[in-house]
Amino acid sequence: MRVAFLGATKGMGRALARRMAERGDVLFLLGRDPRDLERSARDLEARGGSRRVGTARCDLEHAATLGPALDSAEAALGGLDAVVVTAGLFGTQDRLETDTALLARLLTVNFAHTILFCEAARKRLLARGGGTLCVFSSVAGDRGRKPVVLYGAAKAGLTRYLEGLDHRFRGQGLHVVCVKPGFVRTSMTAGLPEPPFAGDPEDVARVVLRAIDRGTPVVYVPPIWRWVMLVIRLLPRAVMRRVGF
Amino acid sequence: MPRAKTLSGWGRIAVPGAEILSEDFERITKDAVLSRGLGRSYGDSSLPPPGQPSVAGSRLADRILSFDEGTGVLRAEAGFSLFELNRLFWPRGFCAPVAPGTQFITLGGMVAADVHGKNHHRDGCFGKHVVSVRLRVADGRIVECSREAEPDLFRATLGGMGLTGHLLEVECRLPRIPSPWIRAESERVHDIDCFIEALKESGPHWPYTMGWIDCLSRGPGMGRGILTRGRWAEPGEAPAAVPRRKRRPKVPVVLPGWVISRLTVRVFNSLYFHRHVPRLRRGLIHPESFFYPLDMIRDWNRLYGPRGFTQYQCVLPEAAGHGAARRFLDLLTRRGGASMLCVIKDCGAEGLGLLSFPKPGISIALDIPVRDETQSLVDALNELVIAEGGRVYLAKDQFTRPEHFRAMEPRLAEWERIRRQWDPEGRLRSAQSVRILGDRP
Repeated sequence: MRVAFLGATKGMGRALARRMAERGDVLFLLGRDPRDLERSARDLEARGGSRRVGTARCDLEHAATLGPALDSAEAALGGLDAVVVTAGLFGTQDRLETDTALLARLLTVNFAHTILFCEAARKRLLARGGGTLCVFSSVAGDRGRKPVVLYGAAKAGLTRYLEGLDHRFRGQGLHVVCVKPGFVRTSMTAGLPEPPFAGDPEDVARVVLRAIDRGTPVVYVPPIWRWVMLVIRLLPRAVMRRVGF
Repeated sequence: MPRAKTLSGWGRIAVPGAEILSEDFERITKDAVLSRGLGRSYGDSSLPPPGQPSVAGSRLADRILSFDEGTGVLRAEAGFSLFELNRLFWPRGFCAPVAPGTQFITLGGMVAADVHGKNHHRDGCFGKHVVSVRLRVADGRIVECSREAEPDLFRATLGGMGLTGHLLEVECRLPRIPSPWIRAESERVHDIDCFIEALKESGPHWPYTMGWIDCLSRGPGMGRGILTRGRWAEPGEAPAAVPRRKRRPKVPVVLPGWVISRLTVRVFNSLYFHRHVPRLRRGLIHPESFFYPLDMIRDWNRLYGPRGFTQYQCVLPEAAGHGAARRFLDLLTRRGGASMLCVIKDCGAEGLGLLSFPKPGISIALDIPVRDETQSLVDALNELVIAEGGRVYLAKDQFTRPEHFRAMEPRLAEWERIRRQWDPEGRLRSAQSVRILGDRP
């Protein structure tokens, strides 16, 4: 599989990219920091038995970088079978309520520009007759909740977009995989209080890769979060107002 | 209500503090006074000094930076774990140069503690196989050091418990292996003197040797146990398949303190010893089962109850003779130090690291649940070790007194001189260095 990967340098993206490299997928890394991308590329080459891993600059804060980055990936890989997006910003609700600049950046990166990137990827995949678009959204988008009002709003929008994309283009060969991580122990969540059912990036990577292979439209990781979120979605509004999560 | 954050070593004796984590480890070490890997040192080596809120955690900085198939030279970020190293390189015909008791450790930690293992008698400590390290020193500069570049700093860093600088990257040599399987033998041994003899006899023929001792046995059977030795299997005697990873059950909760008592340990040790039939067993086994039997149960440190435990590890030098190990066990059994895990191993030559633990002789390691009398037990053991000319291993230590450590460690002055040169204000420090080396809190 030839994969363009936005966000492979950190957290769940790093774990997923490693799993792909180790089983022989050919990767091309997109991201903000060239030095960091190079180091991750060397890591993946060492794990994948020296298969060359290319890189290109792609910054979700700058919409102009998105299309050209995908072009570089397509040219280097000689085509594209899958595009994966794990990149995104995070801020706690308290921080986002007070830091309006950060909030504006987060809404732009996690919603508007992620969708611009997905559109660019979708067009390129469809032009080749289809492929897989795997995007990391979040369980935070499943229900309006006190600790993730703002972060969750952007993720809810992203989730809906991916759902619509699946409905509209599946017949033309586009497989959209919307990944909804619950609490996963990464640098993004380091220092936050850990809820029950927390997972590790390596476990997430295993489940997500299987979903990519099968073209599963929605995947919760760790898988128990499917049931946790089912319960949360079913709670009446009066209850949600009272509880803290 | 949010609980105050605490950090602890593998012995589960907690102090206030938190671990700062980032893939960009280089950045977070700028303001840190100490860094930490996977927290497998038993005592307070990886804990912040009193009053410092945090340490920098390296475990997310875990990328391989280069690997040369021809020479076996691996360079990786300091948080790269031995677990990953084994997983990736056993199938490719390489192994780690040393064989410590757990694989849940990082390259940075392996340098900081200059770890050793079952092949110490033949291959020495990890430092012997380290080509160079990249270090953030106390003034914030980043220095590459090796046997050629800044050799003093290099010597002080091997086994220097992370006190000479934050380990950012490690380059080391991986030896080749003929297959990813282990040919092993284990044998029941009837007392401590036979044990030391058997270790010495096995050494020249076997790269990996170690022994488990029933440290509650007294009288003529004192120091009875099971000797294990192994080597990598040749391609002809091993299956072509790569061994599959094992599943690891976990200890789900912290068990009550009485679970590990004199009685339960006696029963366990007796069963473990007598279940080993016939006297000599041979076979082909999974390298994880051979090297890391304790890793098979996750969170096994919870067995020791809410007060935690300590591991006491000392080396008794060759010069002290066979009698030293007998005197040590005699003192231990008289003081009633009950331990399920008591490991004996012969050590080879002293390494390059100025504070490296091993030296030629016999190393004994035992787990001790923390009780009211633990401090006095460790004091008594330390006094014996000093009298025999031995020393203790900082990566395990929680209770050694500063005056005892100084008496054991003639190399300390030289190490301190080099450390002062690179860190005149004593900025880099740990809970352990405050306790043992007299650093400011």
